[in-house]
Amino acid sequence: MKLTKLLTTAALALGLATGAMAQDKLKVGFVYVGPVGDGGWTYEHDKGRLAVEAEFGDKVETVFVESVPEGPDAERVMTQMALDGAKLIFTTSFGFMDPTINVAAKFPDVKFEHATGYKRADNVSTYSARFYEGRAIQGHIAGKMTESNIIGYIGSYPIPEVIRGINSAFIHARKVNPDVQFKIVWAYTWFDPAKEADAAKVLIEQGADVILQHTDSTAPLAAAAEAGNIIGFGQASDMGEYADGPRVSSIIDNWAPYYIARTRAVLDGTWTSTDTWDGIGPGMVGIGEITDKVPADVKAEALAMKDAIAKGEYHPFTGPLNKQDGSVWLADGEVADDGTLLGMDFYVEGIEGTIPN
Amino acid sequence: MDLSSINPILLLASLMVAATPLLLAAVGELVVEKAGVLNLGVEGMMITGAICGFAIAVNTGNPLLGVLAAAAGGAVLSLLFALLTQVALANQVASGLGLTLFGLGLSSLIGQGYQGIRPPSFPRLNIPGLSDVPVVGRIFFSHDLMVYLGLIIVTAVWFMLKYTRAGLILRAVGENHEAAHALGYKVVRIRIMAILFGGACAGMGGAYISLIRVPQWTEGMTAGIGWIALALVVFASWKPWRVLLGAYLFGGVTVIQLNLQAAGVAIPVEYLAMSPYLITILVLVIMSADKSSAPASLGRIFHASR
Repeated sequence: MKLTKLLTTAALALGLATGAMAQDKLKVGFVYVGPVGDGGWTYEHDKGRLAVEAEFGDKVETVFVESVPEGPDAERVMTQMALDGAKLIFTTSFGFMDPTINVAAKFPDVKFEHATGYKRADNVSTYSARFYEGRAIQGHIAGKMTESNIIGYIGSYPIPEVIRGINSAFIHARKVNPDVQFKIVWAYTWFDPAKEADAAKVLIEQGADVILQHTDSTAPLAAAAEAGNIIGFGQASDMGEYADGPRVSSIIDNWAPYYIARTRAVLDGTWTSTDTWDGIGPGMVGIGEITDKVPADVKAEALAMKDAIAKGEYHPFTGPLNKQDGSVWLADGEVADDGTLLGMDFYVEGIEGTIPN
Repeated sequence: MDLSSINPILLLASLMVAATPLLLAAVGELVVEKAGVLNLGVEGMMITGAICGFAIAVNTGNPLLGVLAAAAGGAVLSLLFALLTQVALANQVASGLGLTLFGLGLSSLIGQGYQGIRPPSFPRLNIPGLSDVPVVGRIFFSHDLMVYLGLIIVTAVWFMLKYTRAGLILRAVGENHEAAHALGYKVVRIRIMAILFGGACAGMGGAYISLIRVPQWTEGMTAGIGWIALALVVFASWKPWRVLLGAYLFGGVTVIQLNLQAAGVAIPVEYLAMSPYLITILVLVIMSADKSSAPASLGRIFHASR
């Protein structure tokens, strides 16, 4: 009898203790669109999550759910996270925008951070990186290096984010190579290695010798490596494992500083709803090492452009630029405003094809 | 719009490549369902096969050993399903879904450290004479062995189900397991064998993606092909030839729509993107107007109590 009582008390004490401990920790949740091992987009977000753990140690606890489909199911995952006690939730794909807003309305004391979207609320911030700055450098290298003058581009979904990347890359490829053509394929997925590889193969079969991708896995690079004599770029992550193959450079998303800053803001109680859109300058967008496959002069030009963008001396969308239909978008020397860029739904002059709705 | 940039020979060749993983997984599942078992774990078995095959191929440098390992990996995982549903008499739907989740987790565990590695390339069949024939040679006679293996398996399954005693018994078990049991056939044993075959086929289908189609290992890389295979079996009304047709249609339209997009054809991309699903379903639904129905015991639990 005594023993039982003792055990019960001990168990109760332990329960209270762990309960109290759980109270002290800030629970930070992450909702991912792909698996953490995709080697690209989600992989980099997860590196950010690990950086938060490393920075705050015992003060935070992180949880994540990977491969969450964009749609109603995302709402369920976020709701569950909030019910489980997460006080800060990062939702890391464009398609999580409406689910994030809906769930945030139900949990006013939980802070939400949505990547690449444009809808905000008192407890919903948005953040994104100016990937188009990196795309400009990619376009420059691609335009200089293509021999067939055909550049293949694998798009995911026709959203402003992706269209911006296509335009930026195209403008800078055309600038150095007036004969360059873009062939654009929409995969309608962020992550499907087989389909991404198929798309890359199709583009290569149709004459592209440079493959640019806006999907999350390394599959297009694998397909390019298999085909041989094709160059490509790491997307979202360095993808350095293909550096001795097709990958000549990369755009790296560096989310860690942002995630650490936002987690600290919640811990300090200074969190407010904000809109962050940082590029190469603040370090949210990195350019992976340019390999020796790129001629030295092209590499030097690319790095010079990177510096100019970082210092704010050059904006990738500087006029004169026309829209696809020939109408004037930006006059000579005019720089695009963020509003137009965020809602970009048109191609610039020279790109063939129409944007799916 | 520039259709001339599409090379029809390469198009037909890549059509067969795109169809093969789906074909392998679907024909395996067809045999399982013909035996009266509904295994929803195809996706899990595929992804497990993909990483088992990849790991062994990388470590031994022999892609053929990799394919064998993939078949073994898929079969071992399906054994778990067999134990749950045939021995422990668990619910097949729940067990199958569990198998998919388990397979996805297990594969990413095994796959740690295999990211970004390039597997040994798969030998391409080169038949002297035949492979050199212009056009036809490139389309039909210069693929990797797996493409032909897929076709051989479909033929063998069709032949076995239609013309052999073993096939008759398998169908009997699937149509009415109590009658089959009364006739003295070992229902559970036959079903376990069918499940293992299904697992091996799914595993090979997965390995085809990780070793040939992409080729690399990425977590979750099958990205839903297992589910398409499951749907394909139903739409093909459990007939091997229709599975073949469906898989080639699906793979074919997938590749063609990408080609049309790249060539800048003026069909809205949304329609192109949905076309593989739409066309495959449409064709197979029209064909299944002959009212062929599912095996009568499909998904029902068998226990020899009477």
